[in-house]
Amino acid sequence: MSLRCSAARSLPALGLVLLLAVLPFILPGPFYIAIAHQILIYALLALSLDILVGHGGMISLAQAAFLGVPAYVYVGLSARAGLSPLPAALSALAAGTALAGLFGVLALRARGLGFLMITLALGQVVWGLAYRWVDLTGGDNGMRLSARPRPFGLDLGRPIPFYYFVSVIFLAALFFLRRFARSAFGASLRGTRDQPRRMAMLGHHVFRIRWLAFIYSGFLGSIAGVLFALSFRFISPQTMTLQQAAEVLLMVILGGPGTLAGPLIGAVIITLVKTVVSSYVARWYTVLGLIFIGVELFLPEGLVPGFARLRRRLGAALLARRRPA
Amino acid sequence: MKITRRNALRLSLAAPGLAALRRPARAAQPPIRLGFLTVKTGPLASGGIQMEQGLTLFLKEQGGKLAGRSVELFTEDTGGVPANALTKAQALVERDKVDAVVGPLAAFELLAIIGYTDRQKMPVLAVAAAENISQRTPSPWFLRCTSSSAQASQPMGYYAAKTLGYRKVTMIADDITYGYEQCAGFMRVFEDNGGKVIQRLWPPLNAPDYGTYIAEIRPDADAVFQAFAGANGFRFTQQYFEYGLGGRKPIIAGMTGIDDSILPQIGNIALGLLSTCFYSPALTYPSNKTFVAAMRKTYHADPGYYSAGTYVTGQVLAAALEKIGGKIEERELLMHTLRTSVVPETARGPVRFDQFGNVIGNVYIRKVERVGSWLVNVPIHTFHDVSQFWTFNQAAFLKDPVYSKTWPPTRYIEH
Repeated sequence: MSLRCSAARSLPALGLVLLLAVLPFILPGPFYIAIAHQILIYALLALSLDILVGHGGMISLAQAAFLGVPAYVYVGLSARAGLSPLPAALSALAAGTALAGLFGVLALRARGLGFLMITLALGQVVWGLAYRWVDLTGGDNGMRLSARPRPFGLDLGRPIPFYYFVSVIFLAALFFLRRFARSAFGASLRGTRDQPRRMAMLGHHVFRIRWLAFIYSGFLGSIAGVLFALSFRFISPQTMTLQQAAEVLLMVILGGPGTLAGPLIGAVIITLVKTVVSSYVARWYTVLGLIFIGVELFLPEGLVPGFARLRRRLGAALLARRRPA
Repeated sequence: MKITRRNALRLSLAAPGLAALRRPARAAQPPIRLGFLTVKTGPLASGGIQMEQGLTLFLKEQGGKLAGRSVELFTEDTGGVPANALTKAQALVERDKVDAVVGPLAAFELLAIIGYTDRQKMPVLAVAAAENISQRTPSPWFLRCTSSSAQASQPMGYYAAKTLGYRKVTMIADDITYGYEQCAGFMRVFEDNGGKVIQRLWPPLNAPDYGTYIAEIRPDADAVFQAFAGANGFRFTQQYFEYGLGGRKPIIAGMTGIDDSILPQIGNIALGLLSTCFYSPALTYPSNKTFVAAMRKTYHADPGYYSAGTYVTGQVLAAALEKIGGKIEERELLMHTLRTSVVPETARGPVRFDQFGNVIGNVYIRKVERVGSWLVNVPIHTFHDVSQFWTFNQAAFLKDPVYSKTWPPTRYIEH
């Protein structure tokens, strides 16, 4: 039973690996390959946020900061200070993770709406700093990155190698998240989400569990941030706006919080509407709005859990029909 | 046509195996594929839609043809977000295989795409005013037919000091690079000619109310130079009058501060206000008369900065294409021709270009007057053939840092 179960569980994972591997050969050109790697970067950010939203029950509006700050650190250190890519990337990850630690300490004093408002404020502070501290950040003009690195002679400046680079990192993060979700720590995080008092009574340090979750989330988000800088070779305060933070949250909610596939599906839909559908439909915001309304009306728990529920119900209905005979 | 630009069939034709099908027959010349980056959603949409109006009218007026070749226009909405602007530029270049790009609107969009378009050797005919893109960090594939940020504010500095005789001026602008650059240029020339900037105010771009800033304006200022963008110029001017400063302390405006597109909203209080711009709907050049008539007929509005910007860009592109027989695919030749041609007849007057692809053309000091039933920015003085370097020595100008909040340093502001 357990063996069959685990095989069935890893089937979607294998499918995803295969799909990512062959995708560049299916897609009609470099533009769509660029869209594919963008989707993976946003999906990574959404997955990092889902640690807080799905597993921790903490709805944060500060996640765009983990896209922007590491990107700023990376571009700043490599373009201005002339640091080579690896130390610049590590510093960027360290900066993003440290920021998450700080944000966690500040925001975790509150729950629910209070938590939401504090994360909103923190996100806006970082955005405001990037916008107004012109000498450091270049203000609204932003900063440019001249070239992508060439690790081991692999030219990341070309679309296909860069796509695979992002894919491998994404899959590694996904693997990490799967382990995380099934780990004792993941379970205790969900415990603090559902029954914080009981968890405390059982001797768990609720604040520390949430804080560690915040740091994990910030670290994964920072990976997306460095990839973002490499992808766009440009960083400006607009990366950290409330709109961006809300967009990532919507990816999680749309796809289904607390699942691995949910944030990925959410990222696919929102990015595709934003970048591809908007070429054909002028009122693409309306399209996005209609999708949200539809999902909220019919599958309020998100696409992935919603479809799982529909499938279960359909299966049960089929069984019930077979039984009377 | 307006909502779906291309149907699903086109998408399937983009598949690699079928690419050959798209190649047209040899006899007829294939259409010119022109990309257009604009903003149709979000806070910058009003300017972006005006850009689209200007370009659409120009192409319609040409019968959809440039240099005898039909034009296929690929319009993309960037939403005013730099990352999207880059993605859309990639879509135009790699998916739609365009031969040149008109736009984008905002400086930060231009700065986000220019590295990419340079690598792709893609001509970019921008409206965005960012100074350095035609100065210290130039791009060989860049052309601007409108104005750099300070190109129109520098003459205003001269005019305010010499003709208007102002001695002390307060500057107010959006807290963004475009605001800093306009104000820096104004201040430098104004102070070189005997004026003093005694105060600078930088309200945030999304300031809900300018009351606190208007209250801060020093009573000893002779005038206020406002260099807002978009609807902010309208909101500031309206509140300035509501707070009772209107009529007592004159406003002089930058090139988007009292734009013709927002004049109907400002209403009669705008009468008599001065501004500086590369364009005015009251210019009497024949092509401008055609343009203004078409704008009024089709959109019931006067052209402003953005619509005139793309219209003139279209005229310049058309003139260059005429010269090279429509061979837009020869991009080096196109860029060379664009940058070296003199176009004697555009809606804004004669234009030519400097070595960085930035326009040299007239700058007009304009006064709001009522012409028939329309409020119009009517030119009252013309500075001919103004370059982005004004009267400064180009080499010395380029050695200085780019215009900003801190450069040139303020001399007369007390802290």
